[in-house]
Amino acid sequence: MTTTPTRPTASFGPLRTLRLGLARAVYETTIYFRAGDTIFFTFLFPVVLLGIFSVAFQGLGNVGEVNGQGGVSQAAFYLPGMIAAGILLSGVQNLGIDIAVERSDGTLKRLAGTPLPVVSYFMGKIGQVLVTSLAQIAILILLARVAFGVELPTEPAKWLTFAWVYLLSISTAAVLGIAISQLPKSGKSASPVIIPPLLVLQFISGVYISFSLLPDWLQAISSVFPLKWIAQGMRSVFLPDDFAAAEVGGSWDLPGVAIVLGIWLVVGLVVCRIGFRWIRKDS
Amino acid sequence: MSTDDTSDPAVRVRDLRKDYGHFHAVDGISFDIERGETFALLGPNGAGKSTTVEILEGYRERTSGEVSVLGQDPRHAGLAWKARLGIVLQQTGESGNVSVREQLAHFASLYPNPRDVDEVIAAVGLEEKAKTRIKSLSGGQRRRVDVALGIVGRPELLFLDEPTTGFDPEARRQFWELIRSLSREGTTIVLTTHYLDEAAQLSDRAAVIAGGRLIEMGPVHELGPAEARIPIVRWRDASGLHEERTETPAARVAALVAAHGELPELEVIRPGLEDIYLDLVATAEAETRAQTPTQEQTRVDA
Repeated sequence: MTTTPTRPTASFGPLRTLRLGLARAVYETTIYFRAGDTIFFTFLFPVVLLGIFSVAFQGLGNVGEVNGQGGVSQAAFYLPGMIAAGILLSGVQNLGIDIAVERSDGTLKRLAGTPLPVVSYFMGKIGQVLVTSLAQIAILILLARVAFGVELPTEPAKWLTFAWVYLLSISTAAVLGIAISQLPKSGKSASPVIIPPLLVLQFISGVYISFSLLPDWLQAISSVFPLKWIAQGMRSVFLPDDFAAAEVGGSWDLPGVAIVLGIWLVVGLVVCRIGFRWIRKDS
Repeated sequence: MSTDDTSDPAVRVRDLRKDYGHFHAVDGISFDIERGETFALLGPNGAGKSTTVEILEGYRERTSGEVSVLGQDPRHAGLAWKARLGIVLQQTGESGNVSVREQLAHFASLYPNPRDVDEVIAAVGLEEKAKTRIKSLSGGQRRRVDVALGIVGRPELLFLDEPTTGFDPEARRQFWELIRSLSREGTTIVLTTHYLDEAAQLSDRAAVIAGGRLIEMGPVHELGPAEARIPIVRWRDASGLHEERTETPAARVAALVAAHGELPELEVIRPGLEDIYLDLVATAEAETRAQTPTQEQTRVDA
């Protein structure tokens, strides 16, 4: 007990950062699934809405039908929007509230006093976001397929699009969540500050209401924000190609999706880099 | 114990200052804490204790002065340095959706040479709560978790900021035993406390801070001016209550009894740390008020 072995400084290298990042991801994910309110408002919310919309609007018939031909079921129509909403909630809402609460309840201050690298902390957060959002999307797709018989895309190209749109979207959402966690002044105000604007964004971004139904000026506003583009990217994967005609430019505009999300990702990273503090400037 | 020169003090502070605007929260403090020593920082709320400790811990920037903690300036010290510290903050915090054991195991994994998790749980007396979620614990039990998290990394230097707030008397005794055993193992301990009996029980030396200045420092039993420790003989007679300081209280009592017979409320008081401390603080505050009659009263921190 009295003699401590000399501590090799090499043990504070990138491997340790990676190991602790993974340990944090497991720890964070465990805690995530123990909190009843986040399970409902972040994890299950899109699933519940997909169920409600699919059932409630079933009577309206298929979407995009021409002379009784083609079109997709209400469930199929809402699936990409709910996946997009899920990405926004799992990234922005979840991390925005989570980190604001951790800042105010002393968790961050305590971690700042330990030899935990900041990078490992963020690896843990992002790992938790990846695990929970993939689980969420799996449940959404499963619900759509099993309960509502939605046809899933079969072309590998579609799934390739899904992969890059998902990764870019979830990274952007996670980074923006970390960035806006600095807005709430206290842990108690975190949910009221963060949830309402995101809810408005979901309504004007083509998640709950078809984007083409919105007036031009509202479309212009929501086109600035990432959710509209996430939803559009997901529609390109899950809806038939002839639905592209209903999009604003008459096409899925995947380059636009990549550019806008890419810009938000960079903006988010810069804000995090400048703004994030354990509680002060730190290594 | 460590890679740096062990003949250096664990903590070295020279002319430390911290200003918030025009308010001098810490106003030129100097002290050393030797390795293996238990050092108590005493002082009223807002005196600058926590500010000083948080500068040592690396949480706050200083305005000026020199600070060295385990041979490094906390301003630039990295993860390897943090691995050698244990910090029990004043504020209890935790999301709480993890069990005591899970939380300790997780924090242990952050350190290169941690203590055994179950031993630590036993040392803070939480064996029966090991599988309980932290949010279901009482305030005193949560505080014990804070202490456990502070020591699980086997720190060379342990900061304890008001560690026993919310403890029942038995838990405090148990905590004192724990601190003594850490001290026997060679841990340097910096204790901030409101409980003067705690400081008297645990610390080798104490410093008293008031108004951002260090007004007294020394072995706990030699704190304060010598005359402050002179015993007081107190009694009541027909003319009222009397108090007399004397180095020979027994002789004084004998003389009183010889002159007046049995006296009501006769007692000999040996001033404890608390009396001496209160005297010191009152004197310091009176001096400060005399010097700066219109200083603003804003207290930035506790």
